[in-house]
Amino acid sequence: HGAQESSTGELQPLPTSPGTDLQSLAPQDTSLFSMDASSPLIYDTPSRGTPARQRPDLGSVRKAPQVDLCSEPVSGKAAGVINLTECNLKLHFAITEALNRAFVCLQRFLQQFIDPTSREGENVSLDLNEPLYMQKLDEISVVGEPVLNVNCGHVQAFDADLYRQLICYPQEVIPTFDMAVNELFFDRFPDSILEHQIQVRPYSALKTRNMRSLNPEDIDQLITISGMVIRTSQLIPEMQEAFFRCQVCAFSTQVEVDRGRIAEPAVCRNCNTTHSMALVHNRSVFSDKQMIKLQESPEDMPAGQTPHTTVVYAHNDLVDKVQPGDRVNITGIYRAAPMRVNPRQSQVKSVYRTHFDAIHFRKTDERRLHGLDEENEQRLFTEERVATLRELAAKPDVYERLSSALAPSIYEHEDIKKGILLQLFGGTRKDFSQTGRGNFRAEINILLCGDPGTSKSQLLQYVFNLVPRGQYTSGKGSSAVGLTAYVTKDPETRQLVLQTGALVLSDNGICCIDEFDKMSDNTRSVLHEVMEQQTLSIAKAGIICQLNARTSILAAANPLPHTLLSRFDLIFLMLDPQDEAYDRRLAHHLVALYYQSEEQVEEEYLDMAVLKDYIAYARTCVSPRLSEEASQALIEAYVDMRKIGSGRGMVSAYPRQLESLIRLAEAHAKVRFSDKVETIDVEEAKRLHREALKQSATDPRTGFVDISILTTGMSATARKRKEEVAQALKKLIQLKGKTPALKYQQLFDDLRAQSEAAITKDMFDEALRALADEDYLTVTGKTVRLL
Amino acid sequence: MPSSEDWINNPLGVVDGIFAQSKLSPEWERKVLEYFKEKLKLNDAKSWVPSLNDVPLHYLKPNSLVKFRCMVQDMFDPEFFMGAYETVDPSTNSKELRCGKYKDVTDCGQVDFNSRNIVTSERQTFYCVPIPGESQWVKESYACSSQARVVPSTSYTPHRHKRSYEEDDDMDMPHQKESSSGPQNLPDPRRNVDSKRLETEAPCQNASSSHCSSNLDLNFPLPGERGPACLVKVYEEWDSFRLNDMLEVFGVLSVDPALSFIADDKEVSSLLDPTDTMETAEEQRAHSPPASLVPRLHVLYAQPLQHNNPLLPSAISEDKAFLSGFLSELNSVRGELLTYLTHVLLGDALAAEYLILHLISSVYARRDVLPLGKFTLNISGCPHNSSYTEQLCQIIQHLMPSSYRLCMSLHNMNNLPMVPRKDYTANRLVGGILQLASNTSLFLDETQLEQGQLDATGVRNITALGNLISWQKVDYDFSYHQMEFPCNINVLIASEGRSLLPCDSQVHLRPTVSPPNVEEYLKAIQLAQLPSHLNKYRVYLTVARLLDYSISEQVTKAVEEDFVEMRKDNPQSISAEDLHRMLVVARLLSLSYGQTTLSRDGWIKAKQLEMVRTSRTQQQECVNGNEP
Repeated sequence: HGAQESSTGELQPLPTSPGTDLQSLAPQDTSLFSMDASSPLIYDTPSRGTPARQRPDLGSVRKAPQVDLCSEPVSGKAAGVINLTECNLKLHFAITEALNRAFVCLQRFLQQFIDPTSREGENVSLDLNEPLYMQKLDEISVVGEPVLNVNCGHVQAFDADLYRQLICYPQEVIPTFDMAVNELFFDRFPDSILEHQIQVRPYSALKTRNMRSLNPEDIDQLITISGMVIRTSQLIPEMQEAFFRCQVCAFSTQVEVDRGRIAEPAVCRNCNTTHSMALVHNRSVFSDKQMIKLQESPEDMPAGQTPHTTVVYAHNDLVDKVQPGDRVNITGIYRAAPMRVNPRQSQVKSVYRTHFDAIHFRKTDERRLHGLDEENEQRLFTEERVATLRELAAKPDVYERLSSALAPSIYEHEDIKKGILLQLFGGTRKDFSQTGRGNFRAEINILLCGDPGTSKSQLLQYVFNLVPRGQYTSGKGSSAVGLTAYVTKDPETRQLVLQTGALVLSDNGICCIDEFDKMSDNTRSVLHEVMEQQTLSIAKAGIICQLNARTSILAAANPLPHTLLSRFDLIFLMLDPQDEAYDRRLAHHLVALYYQSEEQVEEEYLDMAVLKDYIAYARTCVSPRLSEEASQALIEAYVDMRKIGSGRGMVSAYPRQLESLIRLAEAHAKVRFSDKVETIDVEEAKRLHREALKQSATDPRTGFVDISILTTGMSATARKRKEEVAQALKKLIQLKGKTPALKYQQLFDDLRAQSEAAITKDMFDEALRALADEDYLTVTGKTVRLL
Repeated sequence: MPSSEDWINNPLGVVDGIFAQSKLSPEWERKVLEYFKEKLKLNDAKSWVPSLNDVPLHYLKPNSLVKFRCMVQDMFDPEFFMGAYETVDPSTNSKELRCGKYKDVTDCGQVDFNSRNIVTSERQTFYCVPIPGESQWVKESYACSSQARVVPSTSYTPHRHKRSYEEDDDMDMPHQKESSSGPQNLPDPRRNVDSKRLETEAPCQNASSSHCSSNLDLNFPLPGERGPACLVKVYEEWDSFRLNDMLEVFGVLSVDPALSFIADDKEVSSLLDPTDTMETAEEQRAHSPPASLVPRLHVLYAQPLQHNNPLLPSAISEDKAFLSGFLSELNSVRGELLTYLTHVLLGDALAAEYLILHLISSVYARRDVLPLGKFTLNISGCPHNSSYTEQLCQIIQHLMPSSYRLCMSLHNMNNLPMVPRKDYTANRLVGGILQLASNTSLFLDETQLEQGQLDATGVRNITALGNLISWQKVDYDFSYHQMEFPCNINVLIASEGRSLLPCDSQVHLRPTVSPPNVEEYLKAIQLAQLPSHLNKYRVYLTVARLLDYSISEQVTKAVEEDFVEMRKDNPQSISAEDLHRMLVVARLLSLSYGQTTLSRDGWIKAKQLEMVRTSRTQQQECVNGNEP
């Protein structure tokens, strides 16, 4: 704390909680005593008639006593106050001088600051080589919205000392800032008519804080914190100016509300009647106020603790800017006020009530609509962290390292882990909407099929824990509604609320779906739109909307569900390979799991936190593009894939497979932190794709890879076989002559007896169904009737 | 007991003394902590401190040192408070520097808010409740071992009031001076316990009814629980505490009525402090409940508890003498316990063997998402129509320090709040049944489940139970998102057929005796057990769970060989999952014999045990036919 104070130069003598209403000090106005102390918010600015507007966000609810220079000292504290006054006089002059200097500095900042590297979306239309904030003033004169948002980072880049003052003494410096802006503005646009004077709203104070790290030193400082809005109060009208009228002579007077208290005039100044002044509510001036509860974002939380909350007050036009559920960055002044146990007692609780007075809101998820919030996410990493990550990326075996760090408790399945790794990185998002082709999916979807007990669930659980926006759901329990969105009625407000399901919640993340095969067809069909278009359309209870669901899907199923979706980029089969060497390695791995200590394990594998950061960094900062060679390699790969099947009249690749290859290659380039997709990336994508196909689409009867298994859920030979069985059955029935009805079991036994190949009950049923489709027969219960 | 126990009766005096000596140097805080740590280290000094668990609040002296055995149920936001402040005496105008630490309210005198000497400090509040599901014998045993003399002090304290919280229904009234403080008898600690009888009632009979006579919900995770809840103020290293930690805290008791949220006063105070009106009444009620009901405890020393077994020293791993003493008789105790449980399980020795393994299991590590060491047991084939499961659960309650029986009736599944949920209006975590401390025994009675429809809550509850068993974690509901809290709960499922929940191991009960009246049979068995025997079992079960364990290089090799060998004959016979389970069984079996390393013998025994169990399960499936 001491260090902070001593570094603030001229403002040094100021205590952390300056008890004075320094807003009342106008730099131009050297006659300190001519001010009306009861009206703290009047500055002398060349605003030519534009009214100043109170800034409750800077000066609301101050508990510290005012050093009142004009009125009589309060009894009981007389001696102390006189001393204070003398000392504070000197202080006042020192501060006034400091603020004067800051004023000049701020004007220079506004006139001169140029930010050629600006990447912010809101500055798109501005000329980057001209002073940024002068252009914004131009904008204000056109639009008429008297608010100037100032990035604190800019102030810091311009003058570090000024920035420090802004952060440490916002209550004094921001009004000075206001004055500086208004002077400039009305000099430039003397005829402008604004609703009120321009208010400066600084944001992104570099001291962006996690709620957990707030401490007493931050009180009365300008701080940016991030979190999630969990509750907003009703609008609270807060009286700013009370209007009194004498009931005898109708003389009226206004009284400013000072820190929540109204000094009710006891005597009418006009007719001298005592206690005749009555408050007239509808002529008093109120300002809007709202209480907002902010909760720590789940990502910032240490494990095993509950999230902290903070109270934020929003004033005037910031009221109703945020809704529960929004993720926001709030810039404001952190306040603490002591609590009195009882107004009639001198005893106070030794606890302070803390809150933020919001000056600026910035929704973090709003920007996600336009893409990822790069600026914000990048800041999560310190330079050292980025250096470590880059160092790791430069290692030739980074791909292998990362994939082996994934779910180390699960044995082998290296290709599957590699596939999931690529899924975690994702492809590059491409936007062709201008040419009318819409967005191309960048997310990679993976399906794991396998025998029960091959740790599929464990793998899913691991991925779910690794990614920040992961959702875990089981096909068994989830309905289409639970996956997409549903409408509920809020019990309190009777308002219809759209509740989003797992798929929407995992936007930009991974949705893990266990027991995919147990999902009803109806539910699964919902996934079609999500997996290809990455959006979700909802028409429910009069609410029609399209939500983003740019989610990767990692599904697990027991062997071969009826219709496999071709929308999966990779389908892996997790089987139990049964050979001795494998068994030995597996046993060793499992036993090791039980006797190794935690430290040993950590040494062996990459830390989960590093892996998380690595993925997050690559996802936000690397967006590789195809190089010329890579494109060629992809074309060749695709042509080769098509060729394989063509000899046997089978299609072995569709354009979808090409897209998958591109995505996988891009993801692999991301693993290397490379901005270019190169041939090696394509090679790995090809290899992985082929491995996955080999596992899942090999026709068990012919040994060939048959892509139609993926598209129809059945290989070409199996389809042929099904027809053969149906024909054999038909022949059998025809041989039986004119019997209108047959016993089901009898028929099955006959067919089995006659056929050379083994006929299962499933095959028999399928054949019956095929014949029923031809309108040849119907099956009712245990009898088969001919038509 | 030395007579001048100022540090117990007047800890704040000690603190103020050290503070005054320090002359504002920050050293004093450390000195205070060291002072109390030293004091508590002395021979059984801890037992001299009265405990909130077994002494009714109104017998305790305000601002004295008390202890509390509890679980962290919720963590509130950090508070800023005046660590040091200056008061002005209006008559003499003299200023005095005072210490604000370990206090809720400033001392008399006008506080000078402009003083440069005000030090703002930070502390964190935890909402603590008695350990959920703590067995009666644990409470009684702790209460008996307490040597605290709870002397209703002759020195008159104006804020004390003498009704216990149960009868206290007019606590909203500001407490006036109680002039009728006549001489009181020395309360016997045992009688205290009786007077407030902390019993856990079976929830299936009485699931939804609240036992609080007051309208204030004390937010106990389990229905039907009683006991003091407490707002524990932590001053040091609060980041090291986790939700659901078991703690023993020593701190200054603060019951100042000024702390209570008083609805009537709200109007008045709001004029003074407009921020007051912003908090909802629910929030104030949750965060500043009447101090007579939820006292404040300012922590001077806090100790995380490894276990809550009163028969063992609290730091068991450090007490080598106790450990080696017990290890010598461990095997005989095991034998007796096995016989006892065999009788209880109607003569089924195998099931008894597995029940022991289950009772000493504990999650000892996690590999990424995989919890190691958990051993969920499903005892199937339980008689359906008798009260057998209920009695079985009671027997387990008599053995384990904390446990809870959850009847999986359709009504309970559809209605009971299982997963803790954040109530944003009151800004607190509303407890659910699955908010339990480590090593609590959760007895799921599936025999109570009937046919019918589960609604959305029911499905969520079943999923939560499944997650608890598979991953040993509970996803708390924070409305906008879920948050995962790892746990360590021993789940035992009693069912007729195979349980619908996933479990690590299933034993089908095969009774060898069929008593005509199961109830009386079990009662007779229980009566036959001497209390000293029961105590031995209790010590045994806790000790076996806390032992260290390792596998030597040699045995590792043997196990690997064995696995390969078994797979060679028949790959279907053993999967990776089976090996996982066998390794856990081998671990638990060794520990149950007090062996801290796996021997070849131990491995073979474990294998045989598993073989007998699986063959029995297979036979059972053959009998039933239709079970998969």
